[in-house]
Amino acid sequence: MGVSAPPLPSSPADGLPELLRESGQREVFCGLTSIVWLHRRMPDAFFLVVGSRTCAHLIQSAAGVMIFAEPRFGTAILGEKDLAGLADANEELDRLVKDLLERRPEIRTLFLVGSCPSEVIKLDLAKAAERLSTQLHGRVRVLNYSGSGIETTFTQGEDNALLALLPLMPASDEEQLLIVGTLADAVEDRVRLIFERLGIPTVRSLPPRRSTELPPIGRGTRVLLAQPFLSATARALQHRGATLLSAPYPFGVEGSRDWMAAAAAAFGVSPERVSEVLDPLVERGRLALESHRQVLAGKRLFLLPDSQLEIPLARFLARECGMELVEVGVPYLDRQLMAADLALLPAGTQLSEGQDVERQLDRVRAARPDLVLCGLGLANPLEAEGIATKWSIELVFSPIHGCDQAGDLAELFARPLRRRALLQLS
Amino acid sequence: MELTLWTYEGPPHVGAMRIATSMEGVHYVLHAPQGDTYADLLFTMIERRDRRPPVTYTTFQARDLGGDTADLVIRTLRDAVDRFRPEALLVGESCTAELIQDQPGALAAGMDLGVPMVNLELPAYSKKENWGAAETFYQLVRGLLKEQVPPPGSPKPSLDRWRVEGRRPRVNLLGPSLLGFRCRDDVREITRLLAEHGIDVAVVAPLGARPADLRRIPTADANVCLYPEVAGTVCGWLERSFGQPVVRTVPIGIGATAEFLRELHALLGLELPVELEAGADGTSEAERRSRLPWYSKSVDSTYLTGKRVFIFGDATHAVAAARVASRELGFEVVGLGSYSREQAREVRAAAKELGLEALISDDYLAVEKAMAEAAPELVLGTQMERHSAKRLGIPCAVISAPLHVQDVPARYSPQMGWEGANVLFDTWVHPLMMGLEEHLIGMFRHDFEFVDGHRSHLGDGAPSVSPTADAVHEGAASQGAAAVALVEAPAAVAGEPLWTADGEAELHKIPFFVRGKVRRNTEAFARERGLAEISAETLYDAKAHFSR
Repeated sequence: MGVSAPPLPSSPADGLPELLRESGQREVFCGLTSIVWLHRRMPDAFFLVVGSRTCAHLIQSAAGVMIFAEPRFGTAILGEKDLAGLADANEELDRLVKDLLERRPEIRTLFLVGSCPSEVIKLDLAKAAERLSTQLHGRVRVLNYSGSGIETTFTQGEDNALLALLPLMPASDEEQLLIVGTLADAVEDRVRLIFERLGIPTVRSLPPRRSTELPPIGRGTRVLLAQPFLSATARALQHRGATLLSAPYPFGVEGSRDWMAAAAAAFGVSPERVSEVLDPLVERGRLALESHRQVLAGKRLFLLPDSQLEIPLARFLARECGMELVEVGVPYLDRQLMAADLALLPAGTQLSEGQDVERQLDRVRAARPDLVLCGLGLANPLEAEGIATKWSIELVFSPIHGCDQAGDLAELFARPLRRRALLQLS
Repeated sequence: MELTLWTYEGPPHVGAMRIATSMEGVHYVLHAPQGDTYADLLFTMIERRDRRPPVTYTTFQARDLGGDTADLVIRTLRDAVDRFRPEALLVGESCTAELIQDQPGALAAGMDLGVPMVNLELPAYSKKENWGAAETFYQLVRGLLKEQVPPPGSPKPSLDRWRVEGRRPRVNLLGPSLLGFRCRDDVREITRLLAEHGIDVAVVAPLGARPADLRRIPTADANVCLYPEVAGTVCGWLERSFGQPVVRTVPIGIGATAEFLRELHALLGLELPVELEAGADGTSEAERRSRLPWYSKSVDSTYLTGKRVFIFGDATHAVAAARVASRELGFEVVGLGSYSREQAREVRAAAKELGLEALISDDYLAVEKAMAEAAPELVLGTQMERHSAKRLGIPCAVISAPLHVQDVPARYSPQMGWEGANVLFDTWVHPLMMGLEEHLIGMFRHDFEFVDGHRSHLGDGAPSVSPTADAVHEGAASQGAAAVALVEAPAAVAGEPLWTADGEAELHKIPFFVRGKVRRNTEAFARERGLAEISAETLYDAKAHFSR
């Protein structure tokens, strides 16, 4: 699939009703939140947000329940002096980074993460990263990306972080399969093993487990996106010569099979070999799904926008678990990266892009769905109204990719329904 | 610019949210970028509230900055008032909105919204959460009461007005709020305590109050300033404007509770009951309502004597803790500090009494450094001190906000009054026993049961996990961990299926607290099918088989 294809008509795919576009209050995280999982994926990296006390408060509210002997993220909080004149902001940043690195000499990559305040006052963090990289050459690489709320929604922070790593990836036209997007370690191992069995010679991941071990990139690279929120990274990888493979995202048995088969096809693996390797996985995955399918089939699902995972998840839950889709909300719709999944959505699925949270909640209440996928700001209040919820952030923190995780993924949705049936508290 | 790994307080608009969300009938329109709605989670997750906070955000994005963000503010204000029909409206900005200067308060004032409106000016780059809460509470009370303020020179109400009016004395409890430390139960404890002494509570605010309740504040005979960080400003204003006296002793600990009651009796012109007079041993009858005095005197507590303790928190809780630690538990306070600059003087005075120099700082690293230098055996601090204490390997208990979800417990757990003192005793001594055990582990490292990382007395404790952090393993209790670790080693029994190297490797990728279960399930699965060995594939076959 070429990402430079002409824009599609306003209906996202054949058989789907017109896209509902809304603007109003958006109940979503900003891209800074991506730090909460990226700091574990690359433990040798440090994420320094340049922003306000609000930014610091956000990250610690999300991650601060874990007790850190060695914090892996922090905030350079702008003060009134910094706002008054930009002249010394760079000196201030240099001083702070020096202090930080003295405390944490083991840091190999330092991300300067832009925020709303730093973007609004137009603090040039890219230049600062360049300058610091030169100063610290050979010890620490300093990079910059924006996780601001005005520019990014939740998982888009990862997109920007990977984009920042891109210039550091060595050039090589070596044949390889590059899996892009954070995967749980065990899932990553699993997926690599299966690709090995399929006979794909070299499989690498972005982001890597160590920030210094970046995969090479070039004309021999075929990119398979593991996550649907990597628009900018996917485009940039193509600019470095890589080919982007088109496939649904690896959620559920069907999506995972198609995803792996797409890579196999790109490497000329015979369909017979693909069936030989993947069919047992598919069969086993279906078995694992069965008990959850019994809970989920026929249940009506409403997905609120959060992470961009909504469309592939809706596809999986509808096609493999028999759920009915009331509305599938996404923060933004990248039709090209979503094309394969859109094509698999049941006809008549209502998609919405953007959000006016009050009006969307009116629709939720009117529809009385059996399950609502939503953020934690809405979950408990909806539960108190008698509406079952599945909180969405969990999906970016859980191993949910691949055939062998299909049962686990379905369970995440079945569990709140089982729990409601189980509790006898009235 | 200031490097912050952990921040003790949120931005001031979070303080304003605490006031709005603590109350009923108040709505807050907040000019803020997309993403700042994270603050809702503080209330829905940490406080576990069953309703959305009464906050409408403009959630502007980069593309709005090119257009008219002021217009966005106006639309948001109108929608919020139409939809929620509040009895009072707060209008303010978050840090980013402060930079673009749309003046939402001025815009709202020009809109004739038909509802009392408070324009909040909270400087996000110089002030913080508690200041924001105090300022918001003050502005709201002042806005609602300014018409009731008696003209200057009016006589102050007499202290025994209640007697003249032939009713019981009544007081307001000011300061309790959501995200404050244990406010829910402190209010209950103090209300009960006052009732025992024939004193009624007129208004509790902001927690649970409506704007109409705030208008009744002047009908009380005195104000009890339970949380000076939030209510100090408003209590001062009420004293100046309405002549309402303020009880400033915060009743945390045995001595402070008794002193609080004596102060209140004096203020209200009530006769001091005999049970509040100190007996021959210096303890009054009332104090025996708490178990802390006897528990602390009993021989089991002898080993607590002189335990070195480092105390840090908001000023109110830090000062109270220092008094309880030094006088009521027999600890040696080796460090005392607070992040509340507004109450620095009180903390300095309390530190001086203990022969210490107070640490007034909101720099987490400075606190950690002071802690390391003081080399305490126990840290009484905030959620943030738990990080430093972990790094330094020191037992720690939480005495003050900032807090996390485990410090909003379901059980009754006040800090104030007689029952509060019971809670303090248990909470502070609990990690110390763990400390003792850690010493034994340090001495004898070859033990088969008390191995590295083992905390036997915490075995039955609830795991301190938040829903966000514990995303993958809902409800997985840490208590299983130790047991699982012990059944880890595979038993080489004849006829039993053997784990292949890749099977074993796969198994070790399973999180440790469920690993034992996966191992057992997989072996049962293999046995059932008569398999001789267990590979990674078998593990996944079993996993799929048992999936339900």
